[in-house]
Amino acid sequence: MLTKKQLFTRGMLDISPHMLSVIPFGIICGAIGVELGFQPYLVYAMSFIIFGGASQIVFLQVLSGGATSLVAVASVGIINSRHLLYGAVLSEYLEKLSFIKKLFISYLVVDQGFAESNKFFKKNRSEEFLHYHLIGTGCTMWVCWQIATLSGIVLGSFVPEELGLKFAIPLTFIAIVVQDLKKLDHVIVMITCGLSSLLFFDAPFKSYIIISPIIALFVAALLLRLKK
Amino acid sequence: MTLTSIIFAGILTYLTRMTMIALISRDMLGDKIKAVLEYVPSAVFPAIIFPGIFINDFGTFIEMNDPKIFGALVAVIVGYFSKNIIATISAGLVSYWFLIFIVFN
Repeated sequence: MLTKKQLFTRGMLDISPHMLSVIPFGIICGAIGVELGFQPYLVYAMSFIIFGGASQIVFLQVLSGGATSLVAVASVGIINSRHLLYGAVLSEYLEKLSFIKKLFISYLVVDQGFAESNKFFKKNRSEEFLHYHLIGTGCTMWVCWQIATLSGIVLGSFVPEELGLKFAIPLTFIAIVVQDLKKLDHVIVMITCGLSSLLFFDAPFKSYIIISPIIALFVAALLLRLKK
Repeated sequence: MTLTSIIFAGILTYLTRMTMIALISRDMLGDKIKAVLEYVPSAVFPAIIFPGIFINDFGTFIEMNDPKIFGALVAVIVGYFSKNIIATISAGLVSYWFLIFIVFN
């Protein structure tokens, strides 16, 4: 049985390799916000209040493109709606926590943290304080994201644009799903999601990010039925 | 004004995170749904990966000889065999840089 501290540390260690892509991306996000003409304190406020990676850039781009704030808010909501799926998966492991703890932990759920903690949870179901792993991944992400976006806001885009570091984001997620390529059913689900995301890329409010997972999960349900 | 919208966007984002964790009890989801939820990572992350590779900053499709496709393939191969996140990201970036700075330069 691992202690709370051990689990927290394990969470930090499990997510830290992803900082290789998260930190440059955070710097770019901060810098873009200021370049688009928004006041630095507002650009930073998003990292604290929304804490939602790419959705923060989309929010500012939509606003600076002349759309109403309702459209900007709706876009953020739709892009981040994928967290509903993460929550549904995580709820099994967080069931025993008090309501207040659940409210606190929810703020820390991010893509990479969900991915790494979920992998850990599946292998260590019997641990009593599993949620400390999720707090570890979430806090690491939170601290790095605040520092990275703040540096981008203060120092500007000191990461040379020619390096194309935004490309590190798809690479980080490749690292997360690559081992599931061993399973044919997962490959089918991934390809369904990927192709749908390209097909629906121009759908309003960036909704491809939730439309394609829903299509892919339908395919997953069909596959499960065929397996039986 | 903008701050108000940021706060609304933040509340909305928080609700997407909190709803399923705090308000839904696990018993409300049946076994079939639980089995489908096993596929969530495979069903969600390609929607971030594919556009990140195949669609450029202007929202249009890249050419089939784009260095990103090569970089992504290298990352998949290195990731599959190394099982190492840093190796996967680095291999993808380095092979991408190799093409844009040395081969296509």
